[in-house]
Amino acid sequence: MSDHVRTQEEIAARVKALESILIEKGIMTTAAVDRLVEIYENEVGPQLGAKVVARAWKDPQFKQRLLADATEACKEFGIGGLQGEDMVVVEDTADVHNVIVCTLCSCYPWPVLGLPPNWYKDPAYRARIVKEPRKVLREDFGYDVPDSVEVRVWDSSSEMRYWVLPTAPEGTGGLSEEELASLVTRDSMIGVGPAASPGAS
Amino acid sequence: MNGVHDLGGTDGLGPVEIPDSEPVFRADWEKAAFAMFSMCFRGGFFGVDEFRYGIEQMHPAVYLLSPYYEHWLHTVEHYGKAKGLLSADDLAELDRRTQYYLENPDAPLPQRDDPDLITFVEAVVPAGAPAGRESDKAPQFKAGDTVTVRADSPIGHTRRARYIRGRTGEVVLAHGTFIYPDSAGNGGGDAPEHVYTVKFTNAELWGPDTAEPNGVVYFDVWEPYITPAETTGAAA
Repeated sequence: MSDHVRTQEEIAARVKALESILIEKGIMTTAAVDRLVEIYENEVGPQLGAKVVARAWKDPQFKQRLLADATEACKEFGIGGLQGEDMVVVEDTADVHNVIVCTLCSCYPWPVLGLPPNWYKDPAYRARIVKEPRKVLREDFGYDVPDSVEVRVWDSSSEMRYWVLPTAPEGTGGLSEEELASLVTRDSMIGVGPAASPGAS
Repeated sequence: MNGVHDLGGTDGLGPVEIPDSEPVFRADWEKAAFAMFSMCFRGGFFGVDEFRYGIEQMHPAVYLLSPYYEHWLHTVEHYGKAKGLLSADDLAELDRRTQYYLENPDAPLPQRDDPDLITFVEAVVPAGAPAGRESDKAPQFKAGDTVTVRADSPIGHTRRARYIRGRTGEVVLAHGTFIYPDSAGNGGGDAPEHVYTVKFTNAELWGPDTAEPNGVVYFDVWEPYITPAETTGAAA
């Protein structure tokens, strides 16, 4: 167990050296790395979760299905898979605000949100959001949740993957599902920010 | 194990550092380290619970100070050594090549074609690797039950975080049976157990003087983690 904290250059060299050996052993190829990276850079990301949320805002029956079994409901969009094999959607209301975390590692619902931002995986967020969520939301994310609203923190300790159905912004009644989806931010599905307001972006 | 990775409730780590925007991968090495998880999983290095346990055995100071995907590098090396998938010669070669790439960062990687690996990537992303497992075991708990989390310190890998040990809460969801990390993460079999979501009040977790008002934490537990609460209503 080494106590040496590596530089970026040292990490890059170590990873490349290991990759070269794994390539020779038949475990990796650069083409497979490129394809996997392409998927999570361009194909699987929060735009998928946003489509699901927009449908739930627009279609009360779909919302019921989503809250009853998110894994099944997402299949209606062809959405699911790695790190979202069993998903649970938790609903924000006027009285309840939800936020997700993984205090033990970095569990995150990849099929609907893509790979997590670095702050989600860093020690500060994981340590503090379970103990002082209101303070973290207010001071770090600029998101003030009134004391009258219950804060529910979901610590993803098992293979269940939680994510948030945020409340729809005001004044969106006439918008199409596509327009609504453009308002659904990644942060609103983690629970560290609201959905965007129409015309604000 | 009681490790630094078990961060819930730790003080003194400073603010959450949130950039205005960042790329999915911040460096090329992050892409390769990320890909090692699924490809070494396929290659028999680890299951997901073992993968986490390998990370937990990093030096604690390095764990806290290193960029996230470097954790993945550590666990691949850990199981490569532990399971003999990387021989002593491979490890010596790994050190030699590390020095080579340090001096020649733009030197190319060996090239090999393997269409099966592309097929694997295309298949595993949408299909995933479900952790649900069939079991004949009848659930011992149901929604509404008041339960207390076992307080002893487990040996090896566990998902029983310190901040919930000894705490009492209410079962709110029952999910069925899944791979048990305290077995699979320590080299044992799947040993499926029922998984429940337990709701804890902030006051129960942090004490009435420290706890923020009007809040709860939900935490998933496997059945062996919990016992019926001795005094009903202790969580209220």
